[in-house]
Amino acid sequence: MVECRVVIVGAGPAGIRCAETLVAAGLRPTVIDEGRRDGGQIYRRQPENFTRSYDMLYGSEARRAEAIHGGFDALRGKIDYLPETLVWNIAERQLYAAAGTNQIMVPFDVLILCSGAVDRLMPVKGWNLAGTFSLGGAQIALKSQACAIGKQVVFMGTGALLYLVAAQYQKMGAHVAAVLDTSPWSLRLSALPKLLAQPSVLWSGVKLDLTLRLAGVPVYNGIDPLEIEGTADAGVQGVSFKDRNGEIRGVACDAVALGYHLRPETQLADLARCAFTFDPGTRQWLLQSDPDGRSSVAGVYLAGDGARIRGARAAEASGRLAAMAALHDLGHPQSAEIMAGLRRTLARWTRFAQGLAQAFPWPAQQAARLSDDTVVCRCEAVTAAELRRVVLETDAIEANRAKAFSRVGMGRCQGRYCGQAAAEVIAHAAHVPVEQVGRLRGQAPVKPLPVVIGEDAA
Amino acid sequence: MTTSAHETVSDVVIVGGGIMGSSAALFLTQRRRSVTLLESALIGQQASGTNFGNVRRQGRPIVQLPLANRASAVWRRSKELLGEDVEYLQSGHLRVCYRERPELVGNFEAYAEEARHVGLDLELFSGNTLRNRFPFLGPEVLAGSYSHLDGHANPRLAAPAFARAAKRAGANVYESTRIVIVEKAGDDFRVTSEDGRVFRAPVLLITAGAWAHFLTAQFGESAPLTCRGPTMSVTEPVPYSIRPAVGVATPIEEESVYFRQILRGNIIIGGSTRGPAYTDERRASVQPPNTLSQLKQIRRLAPALEQLRIIRVWSGVEGYLPDSLPVMGSSPRVSGLYYAFGFSGSGFQIGPGVGETMAELIDTGATPISLEPYRMNRFGGG
Ligand SMILES: Cc1cc2nc3c(=O)[nH]c(=O)nc-3n(C[C@H](O)[C@H](O)[C@H](O)COP(=O)(O)OP(=O)(O)OC[C@H]3O[C@@H](n4cnc5c(N)ncnc54)[C@H](O)[C@@H]3O)c2cc1C
Ligand SMILES: Cc1cc2nc3c(=O)[nH]c(=O)nc-3n(C[C@H](O)[C@H](O)[C@H](O)COP(=O)(O)OP(=O)(O)OC[C@H]3O[C@@H](n4cnc5c(N)ncnc54)[C@H](O)[C@@H]3O)c2cc1C
Repeated sequence: MVECRVVIVGAGPAGIRCAETLVAAGLRPTVIDEGRRDGGQIYRRQPENFTRSYDMLYGSEARRAEAIHGGFDALRGKIDYLPETLVWNIAERQLYAAAGTNQIMVPFDVLILCSGAVDRLMPVKGWNLAGTFSLGGAQIALKSQACAIGKQVVFMGTGALLYLVAAQYQKMGAHVAAVLDTSPWSLRLSALPKLLAQPSVLWSGVKLDLTLRLAGVPVYNGIDPLEIEGTADAGVQGVSFKDRNGEIRGVACDAVALGYHLRPETQLADLARCAFTFDPGTRQWLLQSDPDGRSSVAGVYLAGDGARIRGARAAEASGRLAAMAALHDLGHPQSAEIMAGLRRTLARWTRFAQGLAQAFPWPAQQAARLSDDTVVCRCEAVTAAELRRVVLETDAIEANRAKAFSRVGMGRCQGRYCGQAAAEVIAHAAHVPVEQVGRLRGQAPVKPLPVVIGEDAA
Repeated sequence: MTTSAHETVSDVVIVGGGIMGSSAALFLTQRRRSVTLLESALIGQQASGTNFGNVRRQGRPIVQLPLANRASAVWRRSKELLGEDVEYLQSGHLRVCYRERPELVGNFEAYAEEARHVGLDLELFSGNTLRNRFPFLGPEVLAGSYSHLDGHANPRLAAPAFARAAKRAGANVYESTRIVIVEKAGDDFRVTSEDGRVFRAPVLLITAGAWAHFLTAQFGESAPLTCRGPTMSVTEPVPYSIRPAVGVATPIEEESVYFRQILRGNIIIGGSTRGPAYTDERRASVQPPNTLSQLKQIRRLAPALEQLRIIRVWSGVEGYLPDSLPVMGSSPRVSGLYYAFGFSGSGFQIGPGVGETMAELIDTGATPISLEPYRMNRFGGG
């Protein structure tokens, strides 16, 4: 076969398994990741000079983390690996990447995007105070820097990660002031049939919950967040919320970790012009993909949480499957049996993920209740009142229109953290279904790009 | 305006809701004409909503200055006229040239002399005075021409604000109305949308930007309109310290970059090589090499920006004519038919002046602004 340039973006579980599969077929893929080390999000490797054990860092996932890291180490010399390299745009079958201020161009014939996920956030009054972190951010602080985000931490939001990170903090000896879950317990029961698609994972989740409760951490379900309290100078001082009986309560704390499950990182695929479809189950726009990971654009494949939030183990399977699909399309015969097996594995994870979405739903109704003075877009300090104004006074119902008029999603994070909540605020104010609001179109650069980019080459 | 079972009838139908169509609609309603403004998608979403936002007169051909002055007066009273703020800032505009091209200093002087007679005052700077006054400029900059009364505005807000003002004054504004057939039926024009709605009027104004030739062709008239997408970027916000909009005068497209800082701190950068743009896609994507060449050139113009990071890039679909001048005025062939399109990368500033002039021309049959340079049939053919 002629030299075919296969490029993988992302060295998390999806990207690593994908690279392994390609190497096994005799290819030499390029793997690009903006991180300093491989591993991706969940299997984030500690800096070289840290020496914490796998068990300490990854708990129940220690063996998997070890296997993933070992798998990647074995690929050295067989792949071209570009760490600390951010892919910031795509055009004409060429990736534009930045390694610090160095500009790197990476041409490709086949592109496999394994770009992972980030926290999905719903604003709450006061979330712009210093001391508010995303759940993921709180976990990263712990994993890569071995430090907690505060002395007394409230975990608020919903989803498996809420309990996981709270338990990790608890285990590291941090004081977990409370776990405040917006989802009522009853939903877990109704989601049970789907959650049973992965009984062992379900069991780990139940254990986490028990561990927290046994350690005396107050855990509230079915809450309604009211406000993160504090002052601009002192930062976070407490959280107030309504418990499931409608009673108003407060918890003192100096930091809050906030998160409502995850949303896929899709900007690169968007820049590659891949099509999206609305997923009513999670109320978000997902990349169109066939079961094997083929996007709507020929030669562009999707795997891992960037394609659909199904977790790390599904990411491994989908990374393998996308690689096999790409190999198949390049004319390398693939085992139909193995592919069918991977599809079955993924189907079980899909069902489990649907169960999670049902048990820990995105609290869309909260958007409607946000007080007018709540900041929705933190980068540009756009309040709920301003968003509602552009809807009511200027008919800005489409997401990009509302962005043009109010600046929502126009800042540094390009709406990655506020876009979905803003869409809910708009949908409610305009009395339209959220899918009608659409989604913010991705614009390069994927992350901020230094003006001095490419200076050395000049 | 009246509406029969299937047809909307008014004095004037305008096809194209960019800044030209929207401002024309406002000025026509002020002249008590009933107006129907038709827009394919959303008002001001194309070139008028994606441009750099320069509201500069200097650098335009001298013949265009009366029109630019007229527009400038509208921009200055935009808050009262529109009842909302389109972030117009009369912050000054600086045009500079590089040491490599000393001959441009002579051009600046000659231009300033001519412009002064047409009501545009420019101040020339060089050497230490230039550097003291504008300390952010790079060592390659040789001289500058400064216009106190030029500035910039927010393109995302401007055209929609004109259309809303027109609507309040009585205009009918239809969004999501793509016109596919324009024809003359008796004394009236019949304009039909993709979904079969019909609009009639004795006067038709085509302000359809880069798409105009699809409509003019239906009257057997054509102009050699081509499509390009200028390259834009914006930095993260930093404390507001650069008042004027700044641009490079150069015959080389790649070198021609410009920037402005908005009050909330972000610096908007435009120019260098333009990318391709396609009317059917309705959205021009930025070619990454153009972003890179733009940043290289901006470092040369203003090394002070080197500390910053770009947070977003974009482009827009703009219609260009070979002599970089628009088509503006009445159709040479069809009575009651008017055109204003092909603004070739510099229509934002003059937009409100174009709207006012077209309204005047349609209403009174004449305008003091010379439209001779903008004749439809200047390219021959058609
Ligand atoms: C902050 C966070 C914490 C999580 N913690 C847990 C947990 O504790 N337990 C659990 O089960 N699940 C956790 N998850 C979910 C879990 O991370 C994912 O299920 C799993 O990592 C998905 O694997 P992946 O390979 O799809 O993506 P990831 O592991 O996220 O890897 C994606 C990689 O792509 C790289 N990348 C993305 N875009 C670019 C670009 N433009 N240029 C260069 N590189 C790029 C990223 O740097 C990253 O390394 C967490 C998710 C997040 C976001
Ligand atoms: C990126 C960029 C930067 C620029 N920078 C500047 C600058 O700094 N200063 C400056 O003065 N100028 C600048 N310009 C140029 C300026 O933006 C344009 O010249 C001006 O906005 C043109 O306005 P318009 O109304 O003619 O066109 P548009 O704004 O494109 O409006 C035309 C409208 O007609 C509609 N339309 C087309 N066909 C149909 C149909 N069949 N039926 C219904 N509707 C239709 C379109 O949808 C569109 O909304 C720039 C342009 C771009 C793209």
